[in-house]
Amino acid sequence: MSDEYEHKLEAKSDYTGDASSVSTPDIDAVPDAELPDQELYHSHSWWTTYVFSQDAKYIGIQYALTAIGTGLLGLVLSWLMRIQLAWPGLGWLEPSSYYQFVTMHGMIMVVYLLTALFLGGFGNLLIPLMCGARDMAFPYVNMLSYWAFVVAVVVLLASFFVPGGPTGAGWTLYPPQAITAGTPGYNGGIILMLISLILFVAGFTMGGLNYIITVLQLRARGMTLMRMPLTIWGIFTATVLAMFAFPALLVGCLMMTLDSLLGTSFFMPAMVSLGETLTHEGGSPILFQHLFWFFGHPEVYIVALPAFGIVSDLLSVHSRKTIFGYRMMVWAIVGIGALSFFVWAHHMYVSGMNPWFGFFFATTTLIIAVPTAIKVYNWILTLWRGNIVLSLPMLFSLGFIVTFLNGGLTGLFLGNVTVDVPLSDTYFVVAHFHMVMGIAPILVVFGAIYHWYPLVTGRMMNETLGKVHFWITFLGSYAIYFPMHYQGFVGVPRRYFEIYDSPYVDVSTLLLNKFITIAVLIVGAAQLLFLYNLFASARLGKKAEKNPWKANSLEWQTPQMPPEHGNWGKELPKVYRWPYDFSVPGAKEDYIPQTQPPSEIIGAKVEKT
Amino acid sequence: MIVALSIFLITVGSIAFHFWSPWWWTEVASNWGNMDDTILLTFWITGAVFVAILFFVSYCVWKYSYRKDRRAEYKPEDKKLESRLTWATAIGVAALLAPGLVVWNQYVSVPENAYKVEVFAYQWGWKYRLPGEDNILGKTDIKYINDENPFGLILEDPNGKDDLLVDAQELHVLKDRPVKFELRTIDVLHNFYVPQFRGKMDMVPGIVTYYWLTPTRVGDFEVLCAEYCGTGHYAMRGRVVVDEEKEYKKWEAKQITFEKMLAKNGKNDNLQLVKKDK
Repeated sequence: MSDEYEHKLEAKSDYTGDASSVSTPDIDAVPDAELPDQELYHSHSWWTTYVFSQDAKYIGIQYALTAIGTGLLGLVLSWLMRIQLAWPGLGWLEPSSYYQFVTMHGMIMVVYLLTALFLGGFGNLLIPLMCGARDMAFPYVNMLSYWAFVVAVVVLLASFFVPGGPTGAGWTLYPPQAITAGTPGYNGGIILMLISLILFVAGFTMGGLNYIITVLQLRARGMTLMRMPLTIWGIFTATVLAMFAFPALLVGCLMMTLDSLLGTSFFMPAMVSLGETLTHEGGSPILFQHLFWFFGHPEVYIVALPAFGIVSDLLSVHSRKTIFGYRMMVWAIVGIGALSFFVWAHHMYVSGMNPWFGFFFATTTLIIAVPTAIKVYNWILTLWRGNIVLSLPMLFSLGFIVTFLNGGLTGLFLGNVTVDVPLSDTYFVVAHFHMVMGIAPILVVFGAIYHWYPLVTGRMMNETLGKVHFWITFLGSYAIYFPMHYQGFVGVPRRYFEIYDSPYVDVSTLLLNKFITIAVLIVGAAQLLFLYNLFASARLGKKAEKNPWKANSLEWQTPQMPPEHGNWGKELPKVYRWPYDFSVPGAKEDYIPQTQPPSEIIGAKVEKT
Repeated sequence: MIVALSIFLITVGSIAFHFWSPWWWTEVASNWGNMDDTILLTFWITGAVFVAILFFVSYCVWKYSYRKDRRAEYKPEDKKLESRLTWATAIGVAALLAPGLVVWNQYVSVPENAYKVEVFAYQWGWKYRLPGEDNILGKTDIKYINDENPFGLILEDPNGKDDLLVDAQELHVLKDRPVKFELRTIDVLHNFYVPQFRGKMDMVPGIVTYYWLTPTRVGDFEVLCAEYCGTGHYAMRGRVVVDEEKEYKKWEAKQITFEKMLAKNGKNDNLQLVKKDK
């Protein structure tokens, strides 16, 4: 990338000529389109526009709203759990309800909120727009994907109303306890959970194939892979991971359903359950854990990679600076994605698997820290000598850096097999994963919503409310999870309904529980501000100008804002550069959109991309 | 300014919290103090990275805050810097990993002279079994479990008859004698965890897992189940008492062998079966 602009003139022979526009100077040449323009389905009624929509933008919003709605339930469940932990004397939860809430909270947040929101929500909204396509490759399948997700959510919620209630097996659903008496919801709730997950995977596969094929096949002319915004790289790689990881979850769910309903013994050894000898024989509970974490660890990156990508773009746009080390960032995303399939058993160091596996998985896990660290360096080097606008998306991105750094570093504790032994199954683990895959990605979600809101609604969200929301959420969640690590050092085990007055637990440790719970209640309530801002601004917000953040990527270059059906009017866009040409020396503005041809910016010293 | 200052204060505050908060690990009571050492090493290395990065961010936000009349630097890549950072990280990571693996090797290599104790978990409580005079734990099978034979010892196995059965939540171990816990569960997953011992391992139905330690100080410690095991998980507590030789012998003498237990229960048929095998 050391070539100066002048070299581009010499390099023009790299491009095939653009036959359609004879008048354009050669330096503006882009490759010919390889596929004919996409034919779209045009909706003809309210139902086909807003409900059974086949427009990726609408589907993205549907996904996002459904995911956020489900996530709110997860939030309320966390309040109930935290109140129990802080004031066990109130006795307002039964142990069984506590465990059911723990389980549902975990599963909802990881799968039905974060996965659905990042890939279903942002994926649908951004992939066609940022790649310069009219829609997803298969709009009808895309619609089916969303409705399968809705059915999955309905089945999940239905489990609250079956006899015995939802499953209380913990979000990891480990057998044998998941399907034996002694665990809440062991016969009704767990089956609905498994069916819901199976539906989710089916729906997600339909969406995922769409994302992958759209990125690979429908990019605009000139949009090479190495000119794609990192947002798309993150979502794309995460989707590929999901395609490989979810099948493991799917077969795990199917096998456990069979164990429970038909009495097979995939995961069930000979055992006694509350005094009664069961008929199962010969199954392996650890096999399930391998299947679960073969899905579960890539799942962490399925959530994290889109967040990595989005935050890279937010940092670049709002510090008016080129993302530092773009190529390294792309390879780090791909490398992390590949490595994430070789680390799963670091969740199982003390699971009873052969302890010699510990050497292998500790090594692979710590290797994955290297590309992850590179990403952090490149984010902060993007800020260095930038021109940092402290807009809402930038604030949330900075919040992400702080929380992700914290959570990433504690990952080095847990990944290092020896250190994991005393800390596993304690509150250190709870604090670690909430910081790294709860708070950090959620802060990116907020930043992204504030950033792309004008694209969706044509209006800006209220800045003051947004700032109040940011400070409460950021400082509050840090105050929740930072001290929680230290409860883990004390040795407080997770998934305890009550810790009583254990001799090794100091009174002050229990007081800390109260402090954390109060912070949880405040941070949770602050999300109402966000929701108000989200819905009210659609009507009352200040009208957004076109491309309000002065960004380069394609989604802001549509003829109308918000973009209409088909996104691009008559002509698909042509792409001449990557989306990171900010503050180019010699250019008039401090940004050069991807659609701006070289002939219009003669004199700007851009590097070739 | 406020943003830069906040990030700075969060960094300083986190460090201050680390050193001055009252919450820290309990005093170790086993040979696994070296696990604590690896944690401390990890703290120093990651702590340094944490402070360096956040101070840098805070400085950038303060120094390069938006001004209309200024432009950001245009510098898409810096190969040299990127490769230096990569190598520095790789070295830091190796420095964390190597000592960790050394300690792990000790953790999974049980000394030959370790005294074997079976920890027996069920929903929701603990029992224990000691090998008795012959120093061998008798074989067990889940099919043999009944009211007279709560541990499910295989009656035909002569090694089992002198096993001491501790049908109580409390176990005593001898100070300074390495002990190997053979972990067994008859129902769901459990995990035998004593915070002061640091060690931990899940118990899995169908297999016997293990870990070992040497108790290093006399005391009375709480046992917790550390793997979620159903509604009663939080109440699955027991006790481990580390004794000097004299107290330990006293406790051991009070425990009853499998043979005696069968006799006491008047199960002569079973007893004869055991004797026949002798």
